[in-house]
Formats: sequence, structure tokens, C-alpha cells
Amino acid sequence: MEKLENIQKEIIRISGVNPKKCMQCGKCSGTCPAYDQMEYHPHQFVSMLKSGDIEPLLKSESIYACLTCFACVDRCPRGVEPAKIIDAVRVIVQREQGKSRLKADGIEKYLDEEIPGQALVTAMRKYNK
Amino acid sequence: MQRIGVFVCWCGTNIAGTVDVSKVSEALKNEPGVVYSTDYQYMCSQAGQDLIKNAVKEHNLTGIVVCSCSPRMHENTFRKTASAAGLNPYMVEIANIREQCSWVHKDIEVGTEKAIILGRAAIAKLHLNAPLTAGESPVTKRALVIGGGIAGIQTALDIAEAGFPVDIVEKQPTIGGKMAQLDKTFPTLDCAACILTPKMVEAGSHEKINIYAYSQVEEVNGFVGNFEVKIRKKARFVKEDLCTGCGICTEKCPQKKVPNEFNLGMDNRSAIYIPFAQAVPKIATIDPNACAKLKTGKCGLCERVCTAKAIDYTQQDQIITEKYGAIVVATGFNPISMDKFDEFAYNQSKDVVTSLEYERIMNAAGPTAGKLLRPSDGKHPHKIVFIQCVGSRCENCAEKGKEYCSKICCMYTAKHAMLTRDKYPDTDVTVFYIDVRTPGKAFDEFYRRAVEDYGVNYVKGMVGKVIPDGDKLIVRGSSLLDNKQLTIEADMVVLAAAIEPDKTARSLATMLTASMDTNDFFTEAHPKLRPVESPTAGVFLSGTCQGPKDIPETVSQAGAAAAKVIGLLAKDKLTGNPCVAEPNQLMCNGCSSCERVCPYGAITYEDKEYRMPDRTTQMRRVASVNPAVCQGCGACTVACPSGAMDLKGFTNKQIMAEVDAICK
Amino acid sequence: MKVSYFPGCTLKTKAKDLEEYALKSAKALGVEMEEIENWQCCGGAFTTSSDEIATKLSSVRALNSARQKGQSLVSVCSACHNVLKQTNHAIKSNLEFSQKTNNYLKSENIEYNGETEVLHFLELLRDKVGYDEIKAKVVNPLKDLKVCCYYGCLLLRPSKVMQMDDAENPSILEDLVRALGAEPKYFGFRNECCGGYTIMDQKGDAKGKSKLILDSAKKAGVDVIVTACPLCLYNLKKNQDGVKVVYFTELLAEALGVKE
Repeated sequence: MEKLENIQKEIIRISGVNPKKCMQCGKCSGTCPAYDQMEYHPHQFVSMLKSGDIEPLLKSESIYACLTCFACVDRCPRGVEPAKIIDAVRVIVQREQGKSRLKADGIEKYLDEEIPGQALVTAMRKYNK
Repeated sequence: MQRIGVFVCWCGTNIAGTVDVSKVSEALKNEPGVVYSTDYQYMCSQAGQDLIKNAVKEHNLTGIVVCSCSPRMHENTFRKTASAAGLNPYMVEIANIREQCSWVHKDIEVGTEKAIILGRAAIAKLHLNAPLTAGESPVTKRALVIGGGIAGIQTALDIAEAGFPVDIVEKQPTIGGKMAQLDKTFPTLDCAACILTPKMVEAGSHEKINIYAYSQVEEVNGFVGNFEVKIRKKARFVKEDLCTGCGICTEKCPQKKVPNEFNLGMDNRSAIYIPFAQAVPKIATIDPNACAKLKTGKCGLCERVCTAKAIDYTQQDQIITEKYGAIVVATGFNPISMDKFDEFAYNQSKDVVTSLEYERIMNAAGPTAGKLLRPSDGKHPHKIVFIQCVGSRCENCAEKGKEYCSKICCMYTAKHAMLTRDKYPDTDVTVFYIDVRTPGKAFDEFYRRAVEDYGVNYVKGMVGKVIPDGDKLIVRGSSLLDNKQLTIEADMVVLAAAIEPDKTARSLATMLTASMDTNDFFTEAHPKLRPVESPTAGVFLSGTCQGPKDIPETVSQAGAAAAKVIGLLAKDKLTGNPCVAEPNQLMCNGCSSCERVCPYGAITYEDKEYRMPDRTTQMRRVASVNPAVCQGCGACTVACPSGAMDLKGFTNKQIMAEVDAICK
Repeated sequence: MKVSYFPGCTLKTKAKDLEEYALKSAKALGVEMEEIENWQCCGGAFTTSSDEIATKLSSVRALNSARQKGQSLVSVCSACHNVLKQTNHAIKSNLEFSQKTNNYLKSENIEYNGETEVLHFLELLRDKVGYDEIKAKVVNPLKDLKVCCYYGCLLLRPSKVMQMDDAENPSILEDLVRALGAEPKYFGFRNECCGGYTIMDQKGDAKGKSKLILDSAKKAGVDVIVTACPLCLYNLKKNQDGVKVVYFTELLAEALGVKE
């Protein structure tokens, strides 16, 4: 319990987001291009962070669905910036040993002739510690 | 030596909760000059006031200190008490131990200590008080109403009905304001024009009401009861006394491509125009930015067709100076610009409109003659999405919207949705909402009817993005209750834009020295108890210039403001504030510093003959204060380099005595 | 005019077009793009968490190298520009981040506090060269070419940091296209995400997003879609049927007559 509370504080600290500012309008989830790939949606990240319901977020694949397109950050009327919360949860999950989602070994299977290096390095940054 | 009485109020637990009142009373007993000190539960009550009166008589008091709430709250009450007990009302000092002490402290010891210090300062000041007598000034029995919307019209009518003359200054060529642009009004669905235009006509024809349309306030001088206002009457290039409003000029005018403000630019008007059929005054106006004759000297068609000979291309702006006893601000509101909310594509698609534009589209006198046709291609929309709270309830750091709730949008959106479904059952209507706020008589019932009887689809959630795609608008939003993201292919999108005070309000507030909040709404003298008065005496507030309001609220407030004005104008004389500046002319060196800082223009200089120590006479230039104009702000006393200027009731010596007492 | 240039990894490999046409055009416009020495990959994505330091050091080194020359730092790739600009903003606005970063870089004798002006090549063209100047140098106007300008997300957002254009209704690409003599065609999906890096392991989802963008552009009746981002280009190309997708620099070079 204490550990989760600490993670909650950590997420708030490193994301710089104050979830209390949220007025639950749902605009972030209304604008999210990855909504259908998410089990928990941007507004839920905010509200679950606020209530301290962190564990499901840490376990969810949703953290890998966020495209960091910053649409929610730009459009939030309360300046809450949900994408930064999702990013912070992802960072915290991946800092645990062995929690990288993508390993350099076996990466060939994702590649084709034209795929730009940019996709590769971005994915490694997002999926790997 | 003064004989001072100290009265410490508990204010229930408001003060007594964090200040040990009996300890304060005991401690202040020992101050020099204090001959009586006590505490009581509610000093402002009749019993409390009686206690003061009795003490004054019994102990032969020459002055009293009341340790209680802010002087803004009850200084007047206790001055009257002192007066009734035979004291000069200015022999009363208030030590504010509530707002500035008990309410801000949690620790009773700290609170008590501070209360004692504040009481001590008031006592020190009181030692130097002198009885003051207020002067009197006459009242000009005429009112000025700035703004001719429903708020201004109602206020003017109510004042005029009481028998006082009123001028309305309206910057548009006609009165009527925003209400004239509305189609129907919630929750009764009366036709806005049907209930407004009779009032416009009444105002236009009332013998006590004079309308300066197409005019603006330029300068305000004076003070309550005696304002002097300069009004700029802009040139219409049409003689008002001759124009019959027949409209032939507007038909014949060859320049017909001017965006029509009344229909929010959704259609065009001519360069010479009458805003709408029921305009008051119904007089044509030439738009100098569009008229070929005024711009190039070529044309003159309107002059040729005008049988009344009313056209005058040489007309100039006119400055009118008029005196008023009271001024009512009724400057109203506007929807905010949608430029910073283009995720809703207002600037990218003609079919994304604001609610006020939708109002015009639904209106029989609007650009589509009341037919629901979308602006891009004139087709009938089968799917409409309404988005609420666009720009309202935004956090400050989001730097685009307003922090407040605009209050009227929930209801007008329900109205639009209902009317749309009523007239066009083939049109599907979805409303995205964060909350539906319906606190008002028959408001929630109205909203429920939209949902239950008219089948309006209300979705709890917000639209994130509107994407124009071909002839459709792809609306992407969330349905929070279904935990889904919705994509709706709509034909039209209507944005409930936040409202903000009219842009002219800020400069007007400066002219009136009336205060505003951070959103540029005028502040009231007291949010609960004096909601229609501004803190500046003689300036009153009517309608949305003070905060978001619907029509019933606006009309109520307009009437209340009128009642306050009538109360003021009914008086023949006003008792002034005796706490005004007074120069010691012997010390004055004639530098003009005070004259320059005086915001009210109360200080002038005069040449006076003085007998000098060497028995010669000399002409010296010295300051003199008009006590009727001085508001007692004290700016001059600070500016005066030679210490010649003093504020009665707040002399430099009195203030230093207070400071000394606090620092002791 | 001389500026520092940060190419980024993709421009040296799969997006050689993007670079080649940019450099040729710059030269034609009298801008010298000095590639900074020993640049390192930007990482492709900016991690927003404030305690992530190491992943941002490569950007700080690049920014510092431009500062030492007293030049603006220009990049052509949307992703590189986004990372550089967000890193620069973080250094300027977050004292803790800037202190920690500078602690890391002490051994390299670097102290950097956000002094460098970070420009995307488009901003260089619009604000430093000027579209009127470009228009005057067009030798081969792209007459009758209908162009949809696809922005994606990285160029515009987060708008408070990027400050390139109105993020919801941008015009920097359209105005350029117009200066080149072509006809920009509006389409609503121009600032929607293409699916980005999720193409790596969530191919289907990224395809869906690209398809919406392409369909919308097609509806607008378009000859070619331009973009500034190699990943956008890849995603759109993967799904294209009939619509050509090219880098904006290609049109620029063509119009300036320096393509070949």
C-alpha cells in the first residue's frame, strides 16, 4: 500500500502533472487517436492517478499504446497534460529490471526494407529501458 | 484628554473562536484614555448598540473604539449609534479584528495578541480625532444608462417610469443588444423579438427617455449626484430629425457586399443600412468604411433617392456634455473568439458555427429566413452536434479560455436542440456535455423535455476534435458513461462559446473609476448585499457587465439598479464624506504635485496674498481642494513634499500614531 | 546566412531524399547548413518525465555545439526537431533538470542553459529566408499541382513548446507550397497522428490511422501529399493507393530548379 502511494507521488513528481486540476470532461479521451488500443484511456489515467488506483495502470498494456502525439496535452482545457502521466507510468514500469517490452535480440522480425531508423530508435526508446 | 470606551465584539464564534475577546477587552482597559472596556456577543445587534449608547452616557465618553469586523461592514452602523448617543459620528474608530485577524489566524494566542495590537492602534488614532461635519451637495436629477441591451432598456424604463429623465448611450446604431439577435427564449420559448421590441419602442417613445444611439461615452468627471459626461455622437451621415426610416436608400445603395453584423457576417448588408426592421431609432446609417461616396467622392445615389433630404455626407461627430446624478453600466457581453479553439475547426469549416450564429440561422429574420440550412452549401443538415463549454471552465494556464462557467449555455443549447428536433424531426441532434447545469425556475424540466419528449441525444463527455472531411464533419468525442470513443459524421457543429464582457467595458471602468475583476466583469460593492452597486458611489451595474446572466436575471437586476438610482435621484441633497483632503496653505510651496496625482480633479491652485514676517505682502500660489469633488483617497497627502496636505479623519499624525502603537 | 545543421540518423539512411533536397535548396537560397560534428541520434522521442536525463544528453550536446558557433540549430526531420526543441525548453524552464544535465556534462566541459535558437527547416524558410524571397527564386513553378500538406503531430505539438504555428489550423506548409506555385488543398486530417512508431509491433492499428489520412486527402482531390517526417512518409506510403507521398523538400528543390 505504502509502495503504491509512493509510486503515485513519483508519477506526479516526474510528470509534473496535477491530476486534481482535472474536471472530468473527457476531452483527452475524445481526441486520443489510440483510444481503441487502450484498456485504460487518457482520462482514466488521470482519474486513477488521482484516486491512487495505480496498480492496474502499472500492469496495463495501455502505456504502450500512447503515441505521444500530445493531442491531449494541447487540447485539455484544464492544462492537465494526460500524455505526461502515461509517459511517467511507462518510465516507472520499465525502470524495473527485465521489464523492457522490446529487446534488441529478435528485432529483425519487425523490420522491412523501407522502415526508417526513426521508427526503430523511437520504439526502442518507448519500449526499452 | 479623551475619555475612550472600547467595545470588543465576539461576532458569535467568528471572532471569539480564534480571539480571546475578554482578554482583549481587559488588556485595552489599561491603554491611556480608556475609561471603559467590555466585550459582547453581537455588538451590531440592537442590544449591543444599546450597550454602547448607555456606556457613552454613563461614562461620559468622548470617543469609542469598536473592535469588530471590517469598517466596510459596520462602520456606518456604529457611527449612527454614536450619533444617537450624542457623539460626533467621526469620533468612532473600528479595529478590524475579524477579516484581518480572527479569520486569518488559527492560533488563539496569536490571534488575541494581534487583536490587542489592532485595538491599541485604533485607540492611539482616536486620541487625535476631531469632530467632523459632512458637507452637502445637490443632486442632478437625471440618469445615464450606458448600453442599450435588455439590461439598459429595462433600467431606463424603470427610472423613467418613476419620473426621472434618463439618457441611454448605445454604441450600435440601434438599441436592442444581444436579445434582439435571439430567436426564442428559454424556458418558455417566447419569441425574443416579440417581448423585446415593445420595450424598445416604449424606450424610444418615452417622454423621459432620450436615446443616444451610435454614440460612446468619452469622458466622465464629477462624483455621485454631480457627474459630468462627454458623449461622442458618431456621424451617421444621415440627419436624424429628417430620416423616416423608409429604407429606400438601403435598397438602392450599390455597395451591397458589406458583412452584416446583425447576422454575424453570415449575409451582407448595404453601405447605408438599418440594422434590422424593428431598429430603434429607425434611422439609416452610412458605414464610412464601405461607402464609395465617403471614400472616393463618387456615387451619391442615396442622397438622390432620399425624398426626406436626410443624407448629409459632411456630418461630423458631435460631442455632447451632459450632467447626471447617477450612472448605470449595462455594457453586456460577447461570445469569445473561437480562434484559439480550432480543434473544433471553426476557422476551417463554415458549417461549424457558434450558438449565436445558430440563433440567427433559426431566426425568421436571419440569413436563411429561419430555415435550417448549413452555411457551406445551403443544404439541410441531418445530423447536428452541439458542443458545450467551449472556452468556459478553462484553467488559467491553458491560456485560451475563461475560468468561469458562462451559465447560459446549458439552457440555450437545450433550447436549440429542442427547437431543432421540433421543427425538423428528421434531424438527429447530439449534445456533448460535461455537466448540465440547470438551476433556475423550470430549467431542469426544460432540459428533461429536450431529452425525453424531443429525443435529443445527450452524451456525457467532450469532443476532442472536429475534422472537416469532404462535406462532412467528423466529430470525435468521448462518451464517458459508455467508456467509448464516439465518431459521428455530422453535417453541422454548433459551439457553445463562452461569453465575456464587452471589450469597451475596461476603458469605461477606468473613466468611471469603477473596479473590475480579473475577467473584466464589473465588481459589485458587496457580492451578496449590494449586488447592483459598484463600489464607486453613484455608479450602478445592470446585466451581464457584472457577470454571466440569463434574461430573467438580467431584467431583475436591471430593475434593482433602477430602484437604487431612483432612491438616489429622489434626494435633493447628498451628505458628502467629510474625510477630504485639506491643505495647510501656509506650508504649501505651490509645486503642483498634488494636482497631478489627484484622480478626481479635485485640486486647483489659486494665487493668494500673504503677509510675510518682514511685513511685506506677497502673492503666493497655493493648493485648494474642492471638498465636493474630493473622494478622500489620500494620494495627494503622500505626494506632497512639504507635508502641507492632510486628509481629515486620516491625518498624517493619526496614521503615525497608529504605526507607533503597533510598533510599540 | 550560416546555421548549424542536425541531420539525424534517418536522413543519412532511409530518408536521404529529405536531406539531399533540403541541402540543395538551402544552397540555392544562400543558406549554408553546417553539419555539426559528431552528432548523436536524438532518440526519436522526447521522454516527458523530468528525471530522465541521460536520454536527453545527445540533444544537449548538439544544442551546445550550435551555441559555441553562435548559430541557430536547424533540423529537417520532424522528430529530431521535436526532441531538440523540447529538450531546449526543458533546460530553460526546469532548473532541476538543467542542473542535473549540466552535472553530467561537466566532464565534457559543457555548460548549457538553453541559449540556442532551435529551428525547423520550415521555420528557417519562413522566418529567416522569407516566402517572398523563395517565390522570387522559383524557376520552375509547380503550376496546377494540387498538394495536401500533412503535418502529423511532431511538428506542431506540444504547441506551447513548439510554437511553430497554430497547432489546430497551421499554414506554414500551405504557404510554402503556394510560394512554389502549387495549389495547397485543405484536408481535415492534416494534424492527426499517422500511428508513428507503433507500426513496429502494432501494424494493423497504425495502418488504420494512415488510411483515414489518405482517404481524407484523396477526397480533397490531390496530386501529392507532402510531409516533413520520415516516419509519416513510411506509414502513409505503406498504405497508399494512388496518392503520391513525398517530402516537402522535394517540391522545394523542384521549384527552385535544383532537384537534379
